[in-house]
Amino acid sequence: MSAPFGSAQLLRSTRRWRVWEPLAALLALALPVLWPAQAPLLSEVAITALFAISLDLVLGYAGIVSLGHAAFFGMGAYTAALWAKHVMPDPLVGLLVAVAGATLLGLVCSATILRGSDLTRLMVTLGAALVLLELANKFDGLTGGADGLQGVVVGPLLGRFEFDLGGRTAAYYAIVALLMALLVLRRLVHSPFGVSLQAIRDNRLRAMAIGIPVTARLVAVYTLGAGLAGMAGGLLAQTTSFASLDLFAIDRSADLVLMVVIGGSGWLYGGVLGAVIFKLLHALISGWTPQYWTFWIGAFLVVLVLVGRERLVRPWTWWRR
Amino acid sequence: MLTILFDGLAYGMLLFVLAVGLAVTMGLMNFINLAHGAFAMVGGYLTVVLMQRWGVPFLWCLPLAFIGVGALGALLERTLYRPMYNKPHLDQVLFSIGLVFMAVAGADYVMGSSTQIIQLPNYLRGRTEWWDGALGMGHYRLLIIAVCALLALGLQAVLTRTRFGSQLRAAVDDARVARGLGIDVNRVFMLTFAVGSGLAGLGGALGAEVLGLDPSFPLKFMIYFLIVVAVGGTSSITGPLLAAVLLGVADVAGKYYIPKLGAFIVYGVMIAILVWRPQGLFVRKGAR
Repeated sequence: MSAPFGSAQLLRSTRRWRVWEPLAALLALALPVLWPAQAPLLSEVAITALFAISLDLVLGYAGIVSLGHAAFFGMGAYTAALWAKHVMPDPLVGLLVAVAGATLLGLVCSATILRGSDLTRLMVTLGAALVLLELANKFDGLTGGADGLQGVVVGPLLGRFEFDLGGRTAAYYAIVALLMALLVLRRLVHSPFGVSLQAIRDNRLRAMAIGIPVTARLVAVYTLGAGLAGMAGGLLAQTTSFASLDLFAIDRSADLVLMVVIGGSGWLYGGVLGAVIFKLLHALISGWTPQYWTFWIGAFLVVLVLVGRERLVRPWTWWRR
Repeated sequence: MLTILFDGLAYGMLLFVLAVGLAVTMGLMNFINLAHGAFAMVGGYLTVVLMQRWGVPFLWCLPLAFIGVGALGALLERTLYRPMYNKPHLDQVLFSIGLVFMAVAGADYVMGSSTQIIQLPNYLRGRTEWWDGALGMGHYRLLIIAVCALLALGLQAVLTRTRFGSQLRAAVDDARVARGLGIDVNRVFMLTFAVGSGLAGLGGALGAEVLGLDPSFPLKFMIYFLIVVAVGGTSSITGPLLAAVLLGVADVAGKYYIPKLGAFIVYGVMIAILVWRPQGLFVRKGAR
């Protein structure tokens, strides 16, 4: 029980800018220059990180267990790809359309996650991704079905920078998008809105009792998370000029949950950290044993949970009792 | 038409045997176990190995699969699962999905990635037709329905008539009070888990021919098991049974009449049911 003054101070101190935050942002911007050969990998990691953050918002902050976040990723990717192919090649407009599409889908889907237990929520989120997968498979005239959507041509960024094979434009595009999303979200999660989400996560009944509109907040955060995931999907479709059915796959959602957990859930940079670590692990293990790398990911997950995920990501607590 | 109903019934009964262990353990310990399909896969592979390497007759493989997988389940429950019961659901999901990944890659490593074929004995291969072919019943599917119906009746009897059954029901309703009354909930749970995974193993052995057995089995059917449990509820045997039969018939009929939209309808209906009744279709009023 802390005095009101103390809690106000606590809230204020968590939102203060740390020294390393702008430095990390500058480093991220410098990476494509420092490491030009790996530009495609950089943009992939940045997109994955954005996707992971969108899940962290839903899972880590609002406590909604979701195994179907890939639904919104895929929705964004297909929207962006179809828009670029049939309507207009400009990437920024396409990205906005992708975000809008996924946000709309998230708003519709948010009706399904309000009631029931964790199991029910797990099932409906999973089901939503599967329904979209089946739809994309069914309407193969539009989406290309199992072959994927090909022939997507994205115009130059801001009318100037072409998406080339070197992938430098793509890397900058993805990294800048990630940083801007982080900036907005950083503001958001420290706002009263963000704090009320954490209250709902920790104890829904009490949150309701002190007058937080639980349903409205959950709808809002789920829709927002969907929009961000759609943005990540749109970025992926634009930078790779391709969209395929595996965007909706369960493994993608499961990997994503893993990333959020590795990096630490309920912490904005956890998604970024998790995505980086996951991609490194992936590259490392699949270089060593390409066919069976999922075995080691599985073993890692089991150990992670048995040891306790809070302790594994914070090595300095290992010797504290 | 009748043939489709019949095939759907066989499929649904199979799903019931595969998923019933999951329903009971989920209801008992409130534990989300996504790795249930891995036990079924082990049962299937056990049958394949027994039949192909050691020439054990098919019907003998079924009880062996049950016992073998049940023992494995008891072992894993003691060592790995027990520390998980008090963790949050997210941890349980991660843990069991980790197990699924390991099982999939492990099966791929040991048995190869191709689909395994089970040579059914001759007396199970035939097909009986009634009413000029309006109802065609494969003998193997008849066997599946018979075995599963017997199992369902047996489980129901154990659950309602025996001392162990009432202990189990008490523990499902309220584990804390049951413990206070002197019921060894841990022991009850270990036995239930072993029987549940054994049943999954039996289902895997029975279903290897119908469902197709390859290393991705646990991932492919995870959703079906979860649908059975989520829609049927975890408080009875009849709930999952009805849900499984419903799902089996809907799936077979959907795939037959509208091949491309079949799976879509199943998932869509599941979402609709869960939005309408989040605790499942067949839940007693007042449970919890």
